[in-house]
Amino acid sequence: MIHWVIFVVFGAISVAGAINLLAQRHPINSALSLIAVLASLAVEYLLLGAEFVAAVQVIVYAGAIMVLFVFTIMLLNAGEEERTRGSRVAIMFGIPGMLAGSVLIAWILLRYSGTSSVGIGPLLGSPSLIAPLLFHDFLLPFEVTSVLILIAIMGAVVLASREPAPPPGPRGER
Amino acid sequence: MTQISLHLWLIPILPLVGAAINGLFGRRFSRRAVAAIGVGFCGAAFAMALFVLSQLFSLNLPHIETYATWIRAGSLQLDYGFYLDELSMVMLLVVTGVGFLIHIYSVGYMWEEGGFYRFFSYLNLFMFFMLTLVLAHNYLVMFIGWEGVGLASYLLIGFWFTRDSAASAGKKAFITNRIGDFGFLIALFLLIKHFGSLSFTQVFGSVSMLPAETAGAGLLTAVGILLMVGAAGKSAQIPLYVWLPDAMEGPTPVSALIHAATMVTAGVYMVARSHVIFDRAPTALTVVAVIGTITAFYAATIGIAQTDIKKVLAYSTISQLGYMFLACGVAAYSAGIFHLMTHAFFKGLLFLAAGSVIHAVGGEQDMRRMGGLRTKIPVTFWTMTAGTFAIAGFPPLAGFFSKDEILWQASRVNMALWGIGELTAFLTSFYMFRLWFLTFFGEYRGAAGEAHAHAEHAGHGTHLGRNDVSPGALSHGHEHGGIHESPKIMLIPLVILAILSVAGGWVNIGKNFEKFLEPAFRTGATAYTLTEAATQATKAVGEQGSTELLFTLTSVLAAVLGLLLAWLLYKSRPDLPRKIADALNGLYTAVLNKYYVDELYAVLFIKPLIAASRSLWLRVDQGLIDGTVNDIADAVRHASDNIRHMQSGNIRSYAGWIALGAALVIAYMIWVALP
Amino acid sequence: MVPLPYYLVLSGILFACGVTGFLIKRNIITIFMSIELMLNGVNLSFVAFAAHWHALSGHVFVFFVMVVAAAEAAVGLAIIIAVYRTRETLNVDQVNLLKL
Repeated sequence: MIHWVIFVVFGAISVAGAINLLAQRHPINSALSLIAVLASLAVEYLLLGAEFVAAVQVIVYAGAIMVLFVFTIMLLNAGEEERTRGSRVAIMFGIPGMLAGSVLIAWILLRYSGTSSVGIGPLLGSPSLIAPLLFHDFLLPFEVTSVLILIAIMGAVVLASREPAPPPGPRGER
Repeated sequence: MTQISLHLWLIPILPLVGAAINGLFGRRFSRRAVAAIGVGFCGAAFAMALFVLSQLFSLNLPHIETYATWIRAGSLQLDYGFYLDELSMVMLLVVTGVGFLIHIYSVGYMWEEGGFYRFFSYLNLFMFFMLTLVLAHNYLVMFIGWEGVGLASYLLIGFWFTRDSAASAGKKAFITNRIGDFGFLIALFLLIKHFGSLSFTQVFGSVSMLPAETAGAGLLTAVGILLMVGAAGKSAQIPLYVWLPDAMEGPTPVSALIHAATMVTAGVYMVARSHVIFDRAPTALTVVAVIGTITAFYAATIGIAQTDIKKVLAYSTISQLGYMFLACGVAAYSAGIFHLMTHAFFKGLLFLAAGSVIHAVGGEQDMRRMGGLRTKIPVTFWTMTAGTFAIAGFPPLAGFFSKDEILWQASRVNMALWGIGELTAFLTSFYMFRLWFLTFFGEYRGAAGEAHAHAEHAGHGTHLGRNDVSPGALSHGHEHGGIHESPKIMLIPLVILAILSVAGGWVNIGKNFEKFLEPAFRTGATAYTLTEAATQATKAVGEQGSTELLFTLTSVLAAVLGLLLAWLLYKSRPDLPRKIADALNGLYTAVLNKYYVDELYAVLFIKPLIAASRSLWLRVDQGLIDGTVNDIADAVRHASDNIRHMQSGNIRSYAGWIALGAALVIAYMIWVALP
Repeated sequence: MVPLPYYLVLSGILFACGVTGFLIKRNIITIFMSIELMLNGVNLSFVAFAAHWHALSGHVFVFFVMVVAAAEAAVGLAIIIAVYRTRETLNVDQVNLLKL
């Protein structure tokens, strides 16, 4: 029972955060909504018994990636988006279409469920259980992702660095 | 059947070597060298032929030499090989002998022409192909020679290729030949299919086991008729004769060699060689005889109205070839070959002499502008006289013997054939003597006076522009000042051929010649029914009954009548021809215009063919094929024009496309996964 | 205990919101955040299935997705900074030099 409550509450919070992300005009508001979404998702993960993943979600996703986003927003001093005229076509077709699509998918999913409930079962995603998988079965992807992060760091540094001022040439300008 | 090799292959190869040398290097040689090479190699071939003749009687005939395997496909095997028997011996001697004389003549005739080396190269090339044809031991090697002589003929007719009429005549000859070759090829295919081989010994061996086809339809009849189609193309019979008169555009020695003595006789040779097939297909024989007879008569009627000296001789050739086919058509093959030989002598002589006449009057070929030449060019006159009397069939010259033999054989089969033959003999005599009178008697009506510079010749008076454009022009008749006899190098062959025209028929006195050829025509049992009479004729070759004497007298009478009529119309009363022509205006015009056959062919075949080709070109090739390709390209371009808008540079539209694509993929996956 | 489909529906909703934001928004950074939202929706789906099939590889996969998302965010934001320096704008409609 309590599972249901937690699920619904935090599900609602995440959906509300997602919609708010869309609705806000200033990117910083969107970022903060996204942080709310991430946090509630972490709770959902806990509900599913994924301790490790929930922790990583909070530490890495909400704690590092979103901080990066907020830094960038503040660095670039991004302003509000201007209002634009909404496309009538988009509103006329888009919103009903989206609703219809969502209802359809939801119906399919719910109809063909017939499955057992999911929850904190006998399996907890504790670190000691994930560790063998990570360092044994999925060792290669693990190592590769480390290389990937290295590349990403280098790329980010190179892309974002300002061009150094060219040294004064023989002509002496600049 | 294979004994010591006589190296028969040398006979065709020697002229080929000459052709190669002259063709590749002749441009740099002097005229003497080119002439020496050309005549020399041909003479060497003639010498070889004489050598073979000397060995002939010690051989076991037919003597076959095979050199290499050419095609081996399944059970079909075709070799390069040569076949020597009495028939090919005769043909060999005629081709190399007359060819040699004409080579010598050409040295003089073509001395001042451009492309001297090219001429002799082509001439030797022709000799190579003709000798291959004559010596072949299977139909395929014969076909090589067959096609090759057609090629050489095309090259030589169009020798003065800068002239449109010559180039067209060459094309016409080659194309018409090819139409006949189509029939020949189908006959070969039938032979391969049914007898599994093309070699003479095998085919004739198999055919001689078969009975005669009396119903008028059957394999052998089909083969025979198709072979006749090929022969009609090569030997200028109805309906494929139209190329021969136009072939007179070539130099006169070419007309003499190819279109009188040798190439056009290839068809007759082929029919004679295939006698085993024809003997068993009476319908085919009838077709051959009828075509021959009708062509002979038809061509003679055209010949009596022609004004160009070479054209008269051309139609005369067609007519005489008709006689040869008539002979083959009544299974008197030896008689046909005999006439082939004598015809080579006197027709070759007539053409060479005509060339001498043309040379003398500075290039004029219209007989109406000749006349009175007998005192001015006596040697030419006397040799041409010999030829004219020979062809008319006056005894004891050669033509009498051969033509008479044919007519007698024809009479033993069908009197209608004999009747038309006699009528044609009368016409032959008439038009030949007409030519004789117009050219050599009366007043000179031409323009080549005593060193006058006429406007029409002035332009050609220079020695530049070697490939002359005036018809048969030899521009030097003028510079030498008037009508003059030809140089000795041209006269000697004339004299030799004149002697042969007079004496050539004597080989058949006592039917010796036919007896000589007899074994060649006796391969296998003959069981034909139509020409029973001819069977007896060929078996009893030594006979000379009183009926034959009667027919002989009739032939002589026809010849004499022709002479008298010609004398009447062209010597004693020269105004008569005009009156007769006016009186029979329609008929005269028809005959003068060769019965409008060329125009008929143009309307029936050529124009529709060209129209169809044009339609195919414009509608199918340009319209359909090009159009399809172009339309596809256009379609691709339009499609890409439309798709290009996908790449707008606008990131959000990219995002939209990505989302759309992803949605489609997901939808598909769901659709697939649905139970 | 909550049945599996509900988690999937939630995941779907989050994903759909992410796609919508991706298509609608004009600020580059906001678009990026929508991408992150999409990734999170998918993560939820992975974890739900891992709990359903009792297979921990789902968690491992989520781990990797997060690593990749981090790398991508770093590089992407670096690019945005570079673009901002040149174009002086964060409006995605104005980064259209590739327009034909």
